[in-house]
Order: sequence, then structure tokens, then C-alpha cells
Amino acid sequence: MITSIAWKNIWRNRVRSGVIIAAITIGMFAGVFTSTFYKGWINQRLEAGVETEVSHIQVHHPDFSENFELKKFIPESAKMADEIAKMDFVNGVSPRMVVQAMIASSETGTGVKILGVDPEKEKTVTNLFTKVPEGRYFEGVKRNPILIGKKLAEKLKVKLHSKLVITLQDIKGHLTSEAFRVCGIYNVGNGMFEEMNVFVVKSDLARFVQLDEGISHEIVVHLKDHDQLAQNTKNIAGKYKESLVQSWKQMTPELGLLNEYGNIYIYFFIIIILLSLGFGIVNTMLMAVMERVKEIGMLMAIGMSKFRVFWMLMLETVLLTLTGGFLGILLGVAVTLATMKSGIDLSFYAKGLEDMGYSSLVFPVVESGMIVIIGIMVLITGIVAAIYPARKALKYKPAEAIRIDM
Amino acid sequence: MNVIEVNALEKIYNDSEVKVFALNGVDMTIEEGEFTAIVGPSGSGKTTFLNMLGGLDQPTSGQISIGGTDISKLSSSQLIDFRLRNIGFVFQAYNLIPVLTAKENVEFIMHLQNRPKEERENRTMSLLKAVGLEGRENSRPNKLSGGQQQRVAVARALASKPKFVLADEPTANLDSKSTENLLEIMEELNIKENITFVFSTHDQRVVNKARRVITLEDGKIISDVRKDILPQ
Ligand SMILES: Nc1ncnc2c1ncn2[C@@H]1O[C@H](COP(=O)(O)OP(=O)(O)OP(=O)(O)O)[C@@H](O)[C@H]1O
Ligand SMILES: [Mg+2]
Repeated sequence: MITSIAWKNIWRNRVRSGVIIAAITIGMFAGVFTSTFYKGWINQRLEAGVETEVSHIQVHHPDFSENFELKKFIPESAKMADEIAKMDFVNGVSPRMVVQAMIASSETGTGVKILGVDPEKEKTVTNLFTKVPEGRYFEGVKRNPILIGKKLAEKLKVKLHSKLVITLQDIKGHLTSEAFRVCGIYNVGNGMFEEMNVFVVKSDLARFVQLDEGISHEIVVHLKDHDQLAQNTKNIAGKYKESLVQSWKQMTPELGLLNEYGNIYIYFFIIIILLSLGFGIVNTMLMAVMERVKEIGMLMAIGMSKFRVFWMLMLETVLLTLTGGFLGILLGVAVTLATMKSGIDLSFYAKGLEDMGYSSLVFPVVESGMIVIIGIMVLITGIVAAIYPARKALKYKPAEAIRIDM
Repeated sequence: MNVIEVNALEKIYNDSEVKVFALNGVDMTIEEGEFTAIVGPSGSGKTTFLNMLGGLDQPTSGQISIGGTDISKLSSSQLIDFRLRNIGFVFQAYNLIPVLTAKENVEFIMHLQNRPKEERENRTMSLLKAVGLEGRENSRPNKLSGGQQQRVAVARALASKPKFVLADEPTANLDSKSTENLLEIMEELNIKENITFVFSTHDQRVVNKARRVITLEDGKIISDVRKDILPQ
């Protein structure tokens, strides 16, 4: 009965309750939709960063990353690659030869990182081979095929099957050049990555720099179970103490942060929305309580306990808040579901996004766990907002409350 | 049997610079089945007195015992529970919960007493019938006249099976026809069900209906008259 009174009390002043419910609805809609949108964006960035660009674990010579010296290859890299491939938690291994070089088209040139890979092994560690809309993944060119990014192709003004000249220092320190032909142009939606990384066949590169084909600067490992990332990284590192073994989280701290703290940003945002709504709720309830002082006095006079009066006002506030919260969350989820298939195209508004590695086509995702937590946060807001007005109502003694002139 | 016993009751309001002796040494008893009016000029202490009897306010000194319990010794939350179980209230206004129907308003107090649903419903219907509101059970207060609202309040006051019913100027907002009607209903409940009523009033016609009239002036009882003839 008290619940029903509380609910009916909300509708005594339809306009006032309607306004605050609408405010909560809009606020929660904004909160929920922003979070599903942001979550989708993070997930896409993580997915691209991990599954396309970095893979799960990479092994290097400890000094290699300083200035990519050709001599700083991994000792006994062929043996190590074989051993890692046999570990039972490993899904795929790709040993790479990595060289810094100049690349030039007939128009212009730039510095890039050349990755010499075994095309088949490379397929087991990243999904780059699925992101080649123009040309084919190491097919269609007989001699010295090269796979370049879309952004680099634009920068060098080259097309499929164009000739590119790579100039580098071989292992003996001699400057040497060789011609490669574009077999495919990959597109991963990350301009920085596309501009920096070109892929060639490892044996071609080995011959070019005069290193043995078995030598690698980078061993890329893809795990069967990504949840075991930290543990598996330790397993490998424990075995190869002379080498630097790093997970993607260690190699790209910004992606690791996104993964760890992305949700915290979302909840922080929601807390700010709820905090401001909370003040509105307190204000609405204060008005509602103050104009009912006599009625509340009467209720206490006839024998309604303070606890029950408190409970009634608490329920009233919580129901008010939950009504708005529920509508807002529902609306947020509905809009997310409506846009999650086709995605939301931001390229018109934000041209620079792709250069920073963020896709401009965002697919929002609904995570039920997150929606539940947001729901609980709304509930807590209602409870906290109820305390002050309810206490205010209980301050009056019944005899005083009935005497007050209104 | 004495329902109410008051001894040397004093209430002093201290909140302004001058002390107000709202009640200044009141002694009296009320027996079961009485139909008593408290009268006196404005400011004589009627409301203060009824609030003390109803346990809505604490006396400055003196004792009030209701059915043998000294209520001046109860804490404020014990008092709420005591009121719920022992005293029926009818106020001048703001008696009813506006969002509830007549029936729900009467049922509400039994709900507070945790009575079973069946008992609540049966008792509500018979009480609303007794106050002449059959057919208006499902109306909300704003759809009822002032007199009808006061009758719902009387039904609600009785629903809790109190030891007595206190009414502070229950007819002050009513026209003469509704006043007469409400008094008739109260009188009938008093005679037929032996319900004890204590009410304050300014209205001479209401005073005429009472069988005992206590007159207050400056916080003291200046007269206490019993008319021991029952109306025919
Ligand atoms: N809360 C209070 N604080 C201070 N003085 C009060 C308070 N309540 C009542 N009084 C004073 O106590 C005296 C008695 O007041 P009370 O309301 O009991 O009179 P009353 O007989 O009910 O008057 P009325 O017929 O106008 O209702 C008055 O002088 C009043 O001003
Ligand atoms: Mg009065």
C-alpha cells in the first residue's frame, strides 16, 4: 500500500514530476548512448590494434627498438620460432625481418619500416591479409612483391603494380637499392600504421640485406586464449631471458590504457550526469515534501511511524528516478540497437580520426553488464537524493506540522 | 472505567520572550462512553489540551494516563505506536490522503496496524456504511464535500478500534447542515457502539449535543457540566 501511495504521490504534480522525469530520461539516454558508442569505438580500436597491427606477443633483441639496427637480430631466432610454435598455448608464430629504409616512387619518397614476412605464417598472427581491398595479398606479382598501406600509396601517388624503389644499408653497411612492385594496398583505418609499415616476402628482404633467411628481428606470437595474455607472456619470457618478450599491452601502452580504463571513463561520465540530475531530484522532492508538511504531520499523528514515512518518501524519490532512468536507458539501448548494424559515420565531422588510428565508422555495442551497472547507479542516485528531503519532512513534530499555516 | 486521567497538567510555551501558560494545572478524568465537548474562547488552550491527550505533544509537567499508561513517559516513537493502537483522530482539515479513495483512506490505518486484508475490507465497508458513505467508497477526497470528507475521517478514526476519538474543531469548516449531520453520526456511534468522543468546538449547536461540557479559560478548567439525560 505504501508503494502504491508513493507512486500516486509522484503524479500529484504532473508537470513538476514530468519535467524531472524528462530530464532524467534525456540525461540517461545521453549517458547510455555515449557509453555504447564509446565502448564500440574502444573495442574497434583494440580489435584493430591487437588483431591487425600488433598481435598478442612480440619478441625482440633487447636493444633492437633503440634504432632498429640490422645487427640486433634475435640470436638463434629460427630455433626460437620453432620452439614457441610448439608451445601448447600458441596459436600461430610469424618470424619477421625488420629494416628501416627509404622508399621512393617516381614522384616522391619517404622513410618506412620494411617487414619481411612469410605470407602464410603471417596469416596466423594478424588479420591484415583480410584487409586488402585493392590487389591481393602477395599474389599477382612475380618478382619482389610489396604490400603497402592505403595512406602510403596516396602519399607516394602510386597504384597497384606501380614500381617502388627501396634504398637501405645492408648488413655490411653498403647503401643498396632494389625495385619492388605493389601487389596489394591494405586498408586498416589507421593512417599512421598504413604510412609506416610495408610488407615484403622475407626471403626477398634477406637476399637484399644479405642476411640468412632464418634470421629474425621480431617474432610475433598469437595466443589461443587471449585471457591468458599476462601468464603466457611470462611463460615465454621465462624461457628466453636474453630476449625482450612483450605483450601488446606493454608494447602499446596507450591501447592497454584504453582497455583498462575505458570503462572507468564511461562510468565517470555517467556519474557526472547523475550528480547533476541528483540535485534536480533533491529539489523536486524538497518542493513536494514542503507542500505536504501538514499531510505528513497528520500521517505521523494518526500513527504512521517515522520509518514508514521515510520509506514512503524514499520510495517516491526512487520510483521517480527509476522511471526516468528506465526510459532513458531503454531509449539509449534502442538507439544503439538501431545503429549497431550500419554504424555511425563520423568521417564528415572528424577527418583526422583515422590518422590517429580511430575508425571513423563507429559501431556502438550494448554490453548488458554495463547497462546493469548503470541501472544500479541510477538506483543509488535515487536513494541518496531521497535522504535529505525525507529527513526534512521528519523534522517536524506532528502537532507543529498541523499548526503551520499554508 | 476511566479512559483518560489527567493530573496537574501544565504546558508552558517558551519560544517567545514571554512564557505562555497554555495549560495551567488541569485535573480531570474521562470515562468510557462519554460524549464530551471542550469549549472556551480562542487561545484558551483547547488545542493544546487535546494535543496533550492525544500524545501529540509532551506536557511541561503533570501526568496523563490513557487506559492506565502514563504517556508523558513515552518516547516519541513509542508515542506514535501508542497513538496508532489507542487513539482515533479527526482534525479540522487535512485529514485524508488526497491520492487515496475514501475506502483506501479508512483501510490505510488498519494497514499500519498490520491487520489482515479480509478484516480490513469488511471493517472499512461497514464503517463507511455507518457514516452514510455507501456508494462513495471509490471517490477521492477532492470529489467529496467537506462534510463527507469529515465523515471519512470519523470512519478512519474508528477503524483502528481506539480507546477514544479526539476531534479538534471537526466542524469548523462545515456548513450547518453538514455539522448537524456529522454530529448525528458521532452521537449514534457513541450511543450504539459506546465509542468515547472528546471534541473541541466554538459552535453552540455542537455544544448542545454534548452530554458533558468542559470550559477552559486561560489554560484552566472553569466549569465542568454533565447533562446526564440521554437524548430520546
Ligand atoms: N507552538 C506554540 N508556541 C507558542 N505558543 C503557542 C503554541 N501553541 C499554542 N500557543 C499559545 O498557547 C495558547 C493556547 O493556544 P491553543 O491553540 O491551545 O488555543 P485554542 O483554545 O485551541 O484556540 P482556538 O480556539 O483559536 O483554536 C495561546 O495563547 C497560543 O498562542
Ligand atoms: Mg484550537
